Amino acid sequence: MNQFDLTTILPITILTVWACVLLLVDLFIPKTRKGITALLSALGLAATLGFTLSQIGMEDSGFNGMVALDGFSTFVNALLLVSGLLGVALAYGYVKRMGIERGEYYTLLLFSVVGMMLMAQATDLIVVFLALELLSIPLYVLAAFSRPKTDSEEAGLKYFLLGAFSSGFLVYGIALIFGATQSTNIFAIVESASTSTSNLLLTIGAALLLIGFGFKVAAVPFHMWTPDVYQGAPTAVTAFMSSGAKIAGFAALLRVFATAFPAIATDMTDVLWVLSAATMIVGNVVAIAQTDIKRLLAYSSIAHAGYILMVFVPYGNENVVATSVAAGLFYLVSYAFTNFGAWGVVIALEKKEGKGLALNDYAGLSKRHPALAAAMAVFMLSLIGLPPTIGLIGKIYLFRAVIDAGFVWLAIIGVLTSLVSAFYYLRVIVVMYMKDGEPTAEREPWLDMTTAVTALVTVIVSFVPQFLFAWASDAVLKLF
Amino acid sequence: MIPVDYYIILSAILFVIGVLGVLIRRNALIIFMSIELMLNAANLAIVAFGSVIKSFDGQIFVFFVIAVAAAEVAVGLALIVEIFKSKRSIDVDQMSSLKG
Repeated sequence: MNQFDLTTILPITILTVWACVLLLVDLFIPKTRKGITALLSALGLAATLGFTLSQIGMEDSGFNGMVALDGFSTFVNALLLVSGLLGVALAYGYVKRMGIERGEYYTLLLFSVVGMMLMAQATDLIVVFLALELLSIPLYVLAAFSRPKTDSEEAGLKYFLLGAFSSGFLVYGIALIFGATQSTNIFAIVESASTSTSNLLLTIGAALLLIGFGFKVAAVPFHMWTPDVYQGAPTAVTAFMSSGAKIAGFAALLRVFATAFPAIATDMTDVLWVLSAATMIVGNVVAIAQTDIKRLLAYSSIAHAGYILMVFVPYGNENVVATSVAAGLFYLVSYAFTNFGAWGVVIALEKKEGKGLALNDYAGLSKRHPALAAAMAVFMLSLIGLPPTIGLIGKIYLFRAVIDAGFVWLAIIGVLTSLVSAFYYLRVIVVMYMKDGEPTAEREPWLDMTTAVTALVTVIVSFVPQFLFAWASDAVLKLF
Repeated sequence: MIPVDYYIILSAILFVIGVLGVLIRRNALIIFMSIELMLNAANLAIVAFGSVIKSFDGQIFVFFVIAVAAAEVAVGLALIVEIFKSKRSIDVDQMSSLKG
């Protein structure tokens, strides 16, 4: 190890140290003033974001090829840190209101962000596994954070059991890949795979790996835990994990599959095609029947995992993989902002004891809180993919990339399921604007700011998407 | 010396037993034990593959897996104890307050 190794993981190191220090400092902060911990953790995230942005354009690999620093990791890390900041901002008032304000909340969130960032940088399957567990274990605890509320405890246990189950598949997949290629480093794997004749062991290993990641990103048929966990977990945690864990999972999936497994792309493409189509269809169709806003957004999150999975389908085709991956990154950004905003509105309306979460509780919101209703309308339009929102631009890039790769039917399924999704997203808008009711919403400064910022980003970036897409394209350039 | 295939076959059998245990048993503790069995099946396979190529990489990886599994035990058992305190049961079929 030398000092150059450390520069490759500088942001991760800073955040880890900060989280450890915060764990100690939190002991001396009185119980009634845990807001200080929140501010300190936000400060740490912001400082790390600064260091990450200063690494734009740097290319390096460290620790004998265990981690890489490149445009892709910088892009994803920046997005993850912004997600962390939004997660802290959403939690600040929420945990106080729900009576679960404890300092560990923010420390666990920081450790989870560390795991996510490491996942984006990992170029060795051992590190991928470690990072996955580092991001998951704090999330298991966070999901059960409202204890002794039964819903939250159940969510925590379900998430834990299914998460551990999926890491079992992941580790066994890594074991088989190790057996087939005699290495866990993804660059060594790709070399070994291109020379060997029989790829059976490698294919089974990659399939098991895909199952492991499938659970993490909530792809059908590995999605059963998602609605229950998203509904039972504290809403601020749900917001963070539905964005952060998804971004990190897709980043690792992208790096591992695109870099290590082009040799078995012909087998994997069909599997990914089916996974993606099934996820879009099941997520959107089941969402129609939901009357609880948290469950509705949970199914919406499954559906969006399907849209993002589309970009993996042509990963073996060298001519189109770069644009499709860039489209995927763009879509992750658009999904992260829209998703955080929508959950922010949900948090504003949520009451104690799980009240205020039914769709009908949103009736009349446009009269009592016009700004909040307008923001929610923007997020719903963005989730459907209608103008003037970033969701539309994201979907255009996505479908264009998929069609360019020659998967027209997949794009057609994507468009049709988007139409289906319009039904339940528009229902939220209809309830807010056309029905009468007396909803009450909490207006907390940080929450309002988060909702306003995400709504503005959702609209403004849709007018100037080129710079973001150019950055995403730059980010993936060196990946292949 | 015992051929490496035997170890791999044994590990595959252990892995399948673990998966079936998770899918069939309804007691959270037994499910958890089955998950541990899956992880240890993977460990066995990794060590066996590592011994074939005469490298320590495999054994080092197994240490990582064992350490992570221990961390998971700490969190998992705490969650199971919490559930037991409020529900007096750890049967996963009774965890149905979340439905829709």
